[in-house]
Amino acid sequence: MSKSYVRALKCRECGQEYPIEPTHVCEFCFGPLEVAYDYDRLKGKFTRELIESRPQTMWRYKELLPIDGEPTVGVQNGYTPLVRARNLEKYLGVSELYIKNDSVCYPTLSFKDRVVSVALSKAVEFGFTTVACASTGNLAGSVAANAAAAGLESYVFIPHDLEQGKVLGAGIFGTKIIGIRGKYDDVNRLCSEVAGKYGWAFVNVNVRPFYAEGSKSLGYEVMEQLGWKAPKHIVVPMASGSLCTKVDKSIKEFIKLGLIEDNGTAVYGAQATGCSPISKSVKEGTDLIHPVIADTIAKSLAIGNPADGYYANRVIHESGGWAEDISDQEVVDAMKLLAEKEGIFAETAGGVTLGCAQKMIESGRLPRDESIVLCITGNGLKTQEAVLNAYAKPRIIDASLKEFDLLAQADGVK
Amino acid sequence: MKQRVYLSFSEKTVREPLIWKLGHEFDVVTNIRTAEVREHMGLVGLEIEGKTEVVEAAVKWLEDQGVHVDPIEQNIIEG
Repeated sequence: MSKSYVRALKCRECGQEYPIEPTHVCEFCFGPLEVAYDYDRLKGKFTRELIESRPQTMWRYKELLPIDGEPTVGVQNGYTPLVRARNLEKYLGVSELYIKNDSVCYPTLSFKDRVVSVALSKAVEFGFTTVACASTGNLAGSVAANAAAAGLESYVFIPHDLEQGKVLGAGIFGTKIIGIRGKYDDVNRLCSEVAGKYGWAFVNVNVRPFYAEGSKSLGYEVMEQLGWKAPKHIVVPMASGSLCTKVDKSIKEFIKLGLIEDNGTAVYGAQATGCSPISKSVKEGTDLIHPVIADTIAKSLAIGNPADGYYANRVIHESGGWAEDISDQEVVDAMKLLAEKEGIFAETAGGVTLGCAQKMIESGRLPRDESIVLCITGNGLKTQEAVLNAYAKPRIIDASLKEFDLLAQADGVK
Repeated sequence: MKQRVYLSFSEKTVREPLIWKLGHEFDVVTNIRTAEVREHMGLVGLEIEGKTEVVEAAVKWLEDQGVHVDPIEQNIIEG
């Protein structure tokens, strides 16, 4: 008998169920498929004690991740720090602020390691030997690294003019990188055709339902690290909108299984104004997402037509949250603020999350006297170009104590 | 070949019978699988079946009419 608690793949639109296979779209209505679990079978078996007895990785919640048995890829991934941000609390005038710091996620310093571990573990179960993705950054590096460690072949598709640093971040792991010339939409469509034609596990196409479930582990960890309770408010960056929906799902699952009390958690979404189709829809009070052409320095969030936008909008609306967006300059300012106040160097998406939270605190959308968690999803070393002109350059002196004394004096050092 | 796409119609194009026109301009079978039409925009999940080059030309024609055409996975390229 299967050790898995996964019951089926279920269409989010029409509810039609499908067997557990590498497939992602409802054949009937084109709705996205989502993993459905047998929660009744888990009740009473999946306890706090059982979870706490396991190693501190994302797999301590494996019953709620869609694998059959033990993970084979990314066994050590996850369980990143939840930091009490006391300096930012003072600065922002809030009483209880935490940072879920996935900028130190193992092994490639972004939360994509969570989703990729699940996608690749599932791909191995399905018998795939080659995995693939299309990416402009974090996902490429994560697929390449995790595939290398698991002994899988990998293909990574990128726009042909991607910056050298980002190509290196995937290439170093020995993946096969294909640069594609053309407009964004043409490149995107080609990737869909490749995914349909070749017998590979394309992480965010044919194994997407499994891939996306990996995001829930971030939510589970936050709740356990808060002492088995959900925050009152949680702010997540939005690209496709998937993380927003999966954090919400993680909270609902823990409530359903009796692991936490219902705290009425509100979920908030953050985007950069240069690519803010979900935020715009929330603010305008509509549930239809207008595709946009992305133009922002927050490239890891630059998805102009987000697949889960409609569902993220619904989660925000139903949970009583809100969405906000900020300019590129505000993104840089918030990256600096996070670094200077908490010693955390986040990528541009982290600036988006903090900057939007700051804006929502100021506007009263986020209350100052209740617990708030900010989800930081990637490391600043990956987007250094964004802050090249935003830090104090070194003051150069000769190797002379006299010269340093003058500087120290100017700084008021006694 | 059979291609599955999402068509996003803007305020300008949402009232135009473009899928009907597509069927007259190109030798393709169109099959609407899902649709949501509002005053300011429309979204249609469409299956287009025909010879590869004809389907590709049909997609190009839709784009030329101002329709945004995405694969049903929408954005595959992630950050």
